[in-house]
Amino acid sequence: MLSVALRHRFADFTLDAAFEAPDGLTALFGHSGSGKTTVVNAVAGLLRPHFACITDGDAVLTDSEGGIFLPPHRRGIGYVFQDARLFPHLTVRQNLLFGHWFTGRGRKAELSRVVDMLGIGALLSRRPAALSGGERQRVALGRAILSHPRMLLMDEPLASLDQPRKDEILPYLERLRDQAGLPILYVTHSPAEVARLATTIVLMDHGRVRASGPAAQIMSNPATAPMLGLADTGAILTARIRGQDADGLTWLSTPAGPLFLPQVAAPVGRSLRLRILAQDVMIATVPPQGISALNVIPAIIRDLTDAEGGVLVRLDAGGQAILSRITARSARSLDLHPGKPVHAVLKAVSVAPGTIGFSAG
Amino acid sequence: MADWLTPEAWQAIRLSLKVSLWATLASLPFGILVAYILARWRFPGHGLLNGLVHLPLVLPPVVTGYLLLLTFGRRGWVGQWLDQVGIVLAFRWTGAALAAAIMAFPLMVRAIRLSVEAVDPRLEQAASTLGASRPWVFLTVTLPLILPGILAGAILAFAKAMGDFGATITFVSNIPGQTQTVPSAIYAFLQVPGGESAAARLVLAAIAVALGALFLSEWLSRAVARRIGGA
Repeated sequence: MLSVALRHRFADFTLDAAFEAPDGLTALFGHSGSGKTTVVNAVAGLLRPHFACITDGDAVLTDSEGGIFLPPHRRGIGYVFQDARLFPHLTVRQNLLFGHWFTGRGRKAELSRVVDMLGIGALLSRRPAALSGGERQRVALGRAILSHPRMLLMDEPLASLDQPRKDEILPYLERLRDQAGLPILYVTHSPAEVARLATTIVLMDHGRVRASGPAAQIMSNPATAPMLGLADTGAILTARIRGQDADGLTWLSTPAGPLFLPQVAAPVGRSLRLRILAQDVMIATVPPQGISALNVIPAIIRDLTDAEGGVLVRLDAGGQAILSRITARSARSLDLHPGKPVHAVLKAVSVAPGTIGFSAG
Repeated sequence: MADWLTPEAWQAIRLSLKVSLWATLASLPFGILVAYILARWRFPGHGLLNGLVHLPLVLPPVVTGYLLLLTFGRRGWVGQWLDQVGIVLAFRWTGAALAAAIMAFPLMVRAIRLSVEAVDPRLEQAASTLGASRPWVFLTVTLPLILPGILAGAILAFAKAMGDFGATITFVSNIPGQTQTVPSAIYAFLQVPGGESAAARLVLAAIAVALGALFLSEWLSRAVARRIGGA
């Protein structure tokens, strides 16, 4: 587990952050200028903060009190930069194998495994100048993986890409998170990327950590979820595919109860990550009848939080937190209060395929 | 063809090529080092080092030659010490190479420094996160990327070394077969009545050598640019 505590003064603001990043993908979320890149640069050893204590398990990477500063090349931390930073004088293959020259490890099989995973086999003899942005970013990813890092840092690896290119890379990141077992520290200001990828979230603002913890918790907590942007507020559920019905619906079991989604292209037994946006959840005080929505879940109101122009209602459905965003008027007229049993109405379409990730287990 | 130039002239051309080649090759590692330091490090004395390197460019060459004589002559403070280990520079072709190297050094450093400044330090950072230590980062990333600048600096230095007259003649004199380079030989021809035609031929030969070097450098740098930036 990576443990970070650092303080660094800039001309116009002070960074003072501390958090822990367990295995999985930890998203460092915040607006530009909140100090995220400074944090990852300190972890990589590219920046020496005024005060820092950064450890990874037993290994001390930086300890300003103890006078310890491991140089970047001895940290074993892979770094995928926003601007791929491929070496222009080397071919794609040489770029990929760059780390092998120094770690002294490397097998043909490994190269072809990573090349297959990233789908860059056809590019091996090209030079970076002849690659598209998405291709460059995939090669940079492969180069970092092949240097045998104990951890991977990614600084907005998708920020410079358009949506189709993002969609091209996201599946590889999910595969990396779930298959390689490599801890990842992922800097982003995109709520969509956080929702899709993160297992742990660290919310940063003006050089401070506002909240941190497991993604499902942060995203379903009315106090922290709006920091990701109100439109993107929503709970994350882990679901398992139970069956594919003949009429084109997929039957999923979740802690909140069974859900039905339009055909999910994955085998029975596969685990999925679902995201239910708060604005797509309606609340009914009596079991709704004659309604087109397929997914109606009994739940109990845990709390209500004011959120600009509305109310965020946290529901407890069989231990699973679900968020709903409604107007203050509805909250009043339905007499919603903590402890009240209600029904959460989720439109089946509210669980968009784009937000389905494949998670381990 | 061989008769067209006097044996003395041939000797001068051969010596000039030898002196310039050695001057360039021997000073190249120092040129790269100094250029890298000037481009990348900020330290007290940065301006002083920069000024020192550029001094031969702004001093009268005779002054540079005289300073070399004071320093590296047999009684000079470095020359004395070199004399004891059996190395003599004054009035030898090696001294001519030293004078040429000193005169050419500023041009070499300027060209290489420009190319070092053009290298994105973020590429070097990326290399270090991949496990490369400082020296390896330099050898595998920086050096290949500044190769065109090194080449340009070397060619420029070679041309300057071929042409030096003042510092050379002051430091190592004008001894045929020993220290008489092409410029010194032209000067010597012009001192003798009726030597104009021999001087003119040597001038033509010098122009041919210079043009040849230029073409070679063009071709080399284009080949290197293709290798580095090419698709």
